[in-house]
Amino acid sequence: MRLLYFAWVREAVGVAEEQVSPPATVDTVAALVAWLADRSPGHAAAFADPTRLRAAVDQAFVPLAAPIADAREVAIFPPVTGG
Amino acid sequence: MIRVVVSPDPIDVAAELAAVEAGGIGAVASFTGLVRADADTGGGGVETLELEHYPGATEAALTRLVQEATARWSLAAATVVHRVGPMRAGERIVLVVAAAAHRTAALDACHYLIDRLKTDAPFWKRETRGGESRWVEARAGDDAAAARWR
Repeated sequence: MRLLYFAWVREAVGVAEEQVSPPATVDTVAALVAWLADRSPGHAAAFADPTRLRAAVDQAFVPLAAPIADAREVAIFPPVTGG
Repeated sequence: MIRVVVSPDPIDVAAELAAVEAGGIGAVASFTGLVRADADTGGGGVETLELEHYPGATEAALTRLVQEATARWSLAAATVVHRVGPMRAGERIVLVVAAAAHRTAALDACHYLIDRLKTDAPFWKRETRGGESRWVEARAGDDAAAARWR
């Protein structure tokens, strides 16, 4: 699974993208966020407060409760601020 | 005619409007967003603004919004141009253009597009003031403005 990070999430994690293979029990974006938090201090800082995070699965915006089965690309980022 | 552009280049409003007007339609509404010199939190003015985005997903989200607006208001043409990368106070960040037979559809579609763009397209602003840079926080008022159109 390809993970993409944007804005301060990217800065906290320290990379813009990475490949991961979470276990089958990690079946939602929220579970993925909790699982990722253990990877490094940077991940822990980025994912400490899931209420500050938004996500997209295969480039479609989804709630954190959304499933990630069969997802090729998951993006995790702060609320958007364009326009 | 649908046109969606995400680019680091300055936005040429006159050229974009002329392209839409060439369609021979009755009403063209546009909205231009600029880098505010004194942004949301007060204090020292904004020196530079950096726009990050999600390549691919950004263009897809904008295209979807323009298609929705085109169907809802029977638009003859709609354009969204969003700048990314570094920019300075006073420069254009975003341009929305909606063309329809009559003014109400053009104005409403233009308003809809900028409201929905604020919450539904993956852009993030980082502003620098007094040499310090920080990510801009999302505003609850933007969610409320977008929700009005649902």
